[in-house]
Amino acid sequence: MEKSPLKKIKGFFFGIFAGLDRTLGLILLGLAAVGFLTFLSASQNTPVQIADELRNLALSFVVMWIVSRIPPKWLEMGAVWIYGIGVALLIAVAAFGLIKKGARRWLNIGVVIQPSEVMKIAMPLMLAWYFQKREGIQKSWDYGVAAIILAIPVFLIARQPDLGTALLVSAAGLYVIILAGLPWKWILPFVGLGAVGIILIIIFGGTICAHDVVWPFVHDYQKHRVCTLLDPTSDPLGKGFHTIQSMIAIGSGGFFGKGWFQGTQAHLEFIPEKHTDFVFAVFSEEFGLLGNLILLALFFALIKRGLAISASAPNLFTRLLGASVTLIFFTYAFVNIGMVSGVLPVVGVPLPFISYGGTALVTLGFGAGILMSIHRHRRLVQS
Amino acid sequence: MVSFKKPDLDSFQERIHIATLFVTFCFLLLITRLVWLQLVSHSKYSLLAESNRIALVPAPANRGLLIDRNGIVIGRNYSALTLDVNAEEVKGNIDQLINDLSEIIDISPRDRRNFKRSLEDSRNMGTFPLRSMLNETETARFMANRFRFPGVEIRARSFREYPYNELASHLIGYIGRVSQRDKERMLSEIEGAKSDDPDALQASFLPGIQYVGKIGLEQSYENVLRGVPGYDQVEITAGGKPVRTLSSSPSTPGKNIVLSVDIKLQYLVEQLYGNFRGAFVAIEPETGDVLAFVSKPNFNPNDFVEGIDSVTWKELNDSPQKPLYNRPLKGIYPPGSTYKPFMALAALENKKRTPSQTISDPGYFDFGNHTFRDDKKGGHGIVDMQKSIIESCDTYYYMLARDMGVNMMHDFMKPLGFGQITGIDLQGEAKGVLPSTEWKKNTFKKPEQQKWYEGETISLGIGQGYNAFTILQLAHAMANVANNGVVMKPHLVKAIEDPFTRNRVLTTPKESYRIDLNADNIEVIKKAMIEVNNSGTSAAAFKGTGYQVGGKTGTAQVFSLNSKDYKHGATAEFLRDHALYIAFAPAEKPTIVIAMVVENAGFGAQYAAPIARKALDFYIEGKWPKEIPEWKRAP
Repeated sequence: MEKSPLKKIKGFFFGIFAGLDRTLGLILLGLAAVGFLTFLSASQNTPVQIADELRNLALSFVVMWIVSRIPPKWLEMGAVWIYGIGVALLIAVAAFGLIKKGARRWLNIGVVIQPSEVMKIAMPLMLAWYFQKREGIQKSWDYGVAAIILAIPVFLIARQPDLGTALLVSAAGLYVIILAGLPWKWILPFVGLGAVGIILIIIFGGTICAHDVVWPFVHDYQKHRVCTLLDPTSDPLGKGFHTIQSMIAIGSGGFFGKGWFQGTQAHLEFIPEKHTDFVFAVFSEEFGLLGNLILLALFFALIKRGLAISASAPNLFTRLLGASVTLIFFTYAFVNIGMVSGVLPVVGVPLPFISYGGTALVTLGFGAGILMSIHRHRRLVQS
Repeated sequence: MVSFKKPDLDSFQERIHIATLFVTFCFLLLITRLVWLQLVSHSKYSLLAESNRIALVPAPANRGLLIDRNGIVIGRNYSALTLDVNAEEVKGNIDQLINDLSEIIDISPRDRRNFKRSLEDSRNMGTFPLRSMLNETETARFMANRFRFPGVEIRARSFREYPYNELASHLIGYIGRVSQRDKERMLSEIEGAKSDDPDALQASFLPGIQYVGKIGLEQSYENVLRGVPGYDQVEITAGGKPVRTLSSSPSTPGKNIVLSVDIKLQYLVEQLYGNFRGAFVAIEPETGDVLAFVSKPNFNPNDFVEGIDSVTWKELNDSPQKPLYNRPLKGIYPPGSTYKPFMALAALENKKRTPSQTISDPGYFDFGNHTFRDDKKGGHGIVDMQKSIIESCDTYYYMLARDMGVNMMHDFMKPLGFGQITGIDLQGEAKGVLPSTEWKKNTFKKPEQQKWYEGETISLGIGQGYNAFTILQLAHAMANVANNGVVMKPHLVKAIEDPFTRNRVLTTPKESYRIDLNADNIEVIKKAMIEVNNSGTSAAAFKGTGYQVGGKTGTAQVFSLNSKDYKHGATAEFLRDHALYIAFAPAEKPTIVIAMVVENAGFGAQYAAPIARKALDFYIEGKWPKEIPEWKRAP
């Protein structure tokens, strides 16, 4: 029997979305919508950029869709290759990469690429693959091997220097290692040490940054950088300026915000990087605490859903990969909002799906695609 | 498919739970932070955001005019196009910028010096004019090249102008750019007044105050003339670019001040002095209005408005003529024989002499081991009081001084204003010296210097010795006598005028106090002084006047006016006697009194009295001397 054209279209429509996780999809659409609204306000009167942003968002969803069609098995098989190529590219960058703004991060292979971006996905893939391989016969020294797999690219990226990316890549790897079962007795001492360090800094931040206090083994400018983070007002026109202005934007937003397109901090150019890394300040000023709670709820839902998908994934590889990718989303969001609201140091981390920027959106779409794929193939496995 | 051991999945799910807890904890941290910023500290950050975006752009108030008693404007404003440079916005070297600008606009070394001086004075903050009064060609040329000069723009500015240049410069004074010191002073003034004055905040808008009066009336009437600056609230970007005006608070122009000075009389006297140095004060005795207040030589106050250049400054400052010195206000001179009528009055009031008592003058007066000489060899013979004034007999006053003693003289002269601050509306008035035993004790350090010697009393009688007064004090004393003992505070400003309604509020003070003088005694003195001009020392100068004038000449030995600074080569000239003269006219009911000195000129009768005669002829009869160029009203 011949199908009616309408049914054909309907069938095709459901066909392409078949197997996509609806919850995750809606959350991502919500975030993209928030991002686009904020972007419109942050970069008014620049139609070219608006078209750009729309294209990037579309591209991100296309990448997501494509990756969601890839069986996790293929990813598992390709993990070592992707990691290997990534490391090779990083070595190539170190040898003959392009230098911009004092950092050697880019490689010209016809198009200019930034290989450290690849590592954000390649790292969890590789480590998940490794722990999958060692499943059941796992030994203590497997963590040592994992640490080496992690350390090589992180070292190469840190040398570029690109501490932000190095931190994110190591976080992605560490999530896999911890979730793979790193014994608590090895984790807890570090957590404790970190907690004590943070508490000490909070208590003594004021005194250790006094002018006459000399820090042992540390250059003056390094001390300055740490102290600016602790108290941005100590350098209001220099490094602290961005943080102070974004805090003013957030704080002046109040509960309901100043309204869409009404943010004075954003529109009078007081916020740096207002449509990229500091876009949260623009959103926060215009939509207030109410908007922020909604945004955080969306992120929290995204992470909950990602972790739920991972928890019910078919094998160790997909579980580790899914959870790591999800936690990377979390790390992006937490570090970005923390930095814009002045509790974390300023490092170049975008706010997932909200910040303008093609590379980040594609990487994030790739990550979301992995989660979708894991979700989709769980059912196939079960059936 | 792959099967996995139960414990593995359990441990994984346990770790997922822990991860969820960790994520929740971190999100709660963020929410706490956001609540802190957006609820708890909201008002603080709102304020910061507002002050971020709003800049106050000053709208300077128009300064009040200076108008003479007949309505002639002697201090005014005009608008001109100016090349303004904002030092903060200029990227790179200011010198280079000026060099580049001078390729399209004529910038003199003087402009450059003035600009750099303003810059230094203000510590590189704010916008300053580099070149004023641009013509059309220059304006067009700059506009075409504007893109090359960020931080430079053309603006219409109001400038202060003194249309008669040097005329009356010492009494007008001048304005200049607000210096750091002025700012600090104004700030402390404002802090003192702020609590109960609602207008103080706007009045305190210091960026709107760009010029202040530095000396003269511009200084002493600063608060009247300045007005209240306004401002525009402008929304600006982080880069300082204006976006839109949110609100405007208009400026209130300063009030005009109406001088009691007759600027034509002032002009005439300044011309009459020619190249002589000196001071001349004319007062209307009944009111205390100062009619003329001359200090010669003078300077051009226009040179100071935009910052004087160093060459002109050095010239003015180093000149042995001391053109910047306000002589009637600060110069102290021995009054010489002009003191005699006051001495005579003192004698009558204190009953030390009657008008008809006579002395025999041999031409000198011996006191102790010292002989005090009279000007006239062989003496004036038998001298009564009138003759002592008419012929200016020194011996009469040597004896009188001895009979009165220093303290009686002091006590009589003090209420007349000798050696006292008159309280005229200018700052920096000199007090002079009216000696007394008390004064000497307080002035000198060593005990032997503190003692008053009788011999020192004698020369006081002829206006020498320690006597040192300003010409203003001398005129004031003359006015007090002419006004029969009613003391009016001398003042240069009569009224304050509203610039819109033209309503005038008189500022003329009422009498300060009254000296109890016997009218008959005053009449004796006045008669004698009239006779001075009829048959006495200055009779020649006053021949043929259509009105009666009382006067007295004086010739004083030089000792003051910073004589130690004088250049060696010029010493002889600067040691010559000062010629003094005082007068009142018309004698029956004086409308004007005069005190004057012509420095180092010689005899009072010869050099001072003729100037007074011409001034009086003009003031009383409107006669203009032929040799003096006609008064021309400034365009």
